[in-house]
Amino acid sequence: MDIPFNVKERPDTGLYNGKLGIWLFLASEVMLFGGLFSAYIFLRTGVDNWPAGTEYLNVPLATLNTLFLISSSVTMVMSWASLKLNDFKKFKLYSGVTLLFAFGFLVIKYFEYTAKFSHHYYPSTNNFLGIYFTMTGLHVLHVLGGIIVIGYFFGPGSKMWNTDPERFTNRIEIVGLYWHFVDLVWIFLFPVLYLL
Amino acid sequence: MTPEEVKHHIKTYIIVFVALACLTIVTVAISYLDIGVKAGISLGLLVATVKASLVACYFMHLIDEKTTIYWTLIATAVAFLILIFLPIGTMSAQVRIY
Repeated sequence: MDIPFNVKERPDTGLYNGKLGIWLFLASEVMLFGGLFSAYIFLRTGVDNWPAGTEYLNVPLATLNTLFLISSSVTMVMSWASLKLNDFKKFKLYSGVTLLFAFGFLVIKYFEYTAKFSHHYYPSTNNFLGIYFTMTGLHVLHVLGGIIVIGYFFGPGSKMWNTDPERFTNRIEIVGLYWHFVDLVWIFLFPVLYLL
Repeated sequence: MTPEEVKHHIKTYIIVFVALACLTIVTVAISYLDIGVKAGISLGLLVATVKASLVACYFMHLIDEKTTIYWTLIATAVAFLILIFLPIGTMSAQVRIY
């Protein structure tokens, strides 16, 4: 039995089911990260002296990572637009570049984390590092999740383009929405943890 | 969506990308300004909000979406604001963590 409303819009919502599904998931994600941002405000406003991010963190590396994620967001949306233009080769190119930027982000994060550990900075060191590792760690897990899904649609999952192109295009739109959300979270994490 | 519309969207994506890259530089520059902690935080968060809005409106197509999604997000925004203002409310109660 086929799952209904994969491509056609459901009359009552005006959306195909997957799109409403991803937005509901993203709403729950807003609350997940919102809880941590709330904890950050609670911790920061509760003390008289809060360390500047620059005391512990590497701003140039994080700036480069911000540019990586922004670039990956634009290549992600371009991969969807390529499918809308029936250009499968460009889809492969843009989603491949998206994956490269995502891996680049992880590599830089790896260097950042190992630098902290080599200085004996751990989540247990103080509240600032505790919330830093929790928030960026959860974000890294989201990047990893994105890499797995984008990687699947770049590789074996892309076969669907030959059998059901509209449904495949919708799948890319959905993973794109998730990926832009991951970018959006970083847009706030970067100034909050590193700069302010 | 017609191919012409998609091509028009692609131009918008490039413009938004350039704007996001420039605003990232602005965010870093603000952190070097000597304008005090409160003004620095306010300005930094303002730029971050503008960047996030650009991503949400254009990359996530929220500028032209269905009402169902808008209502979902309005409910989320209300719950999110409660979460954010809860700890700020405790400031008036002089809560201190050591």
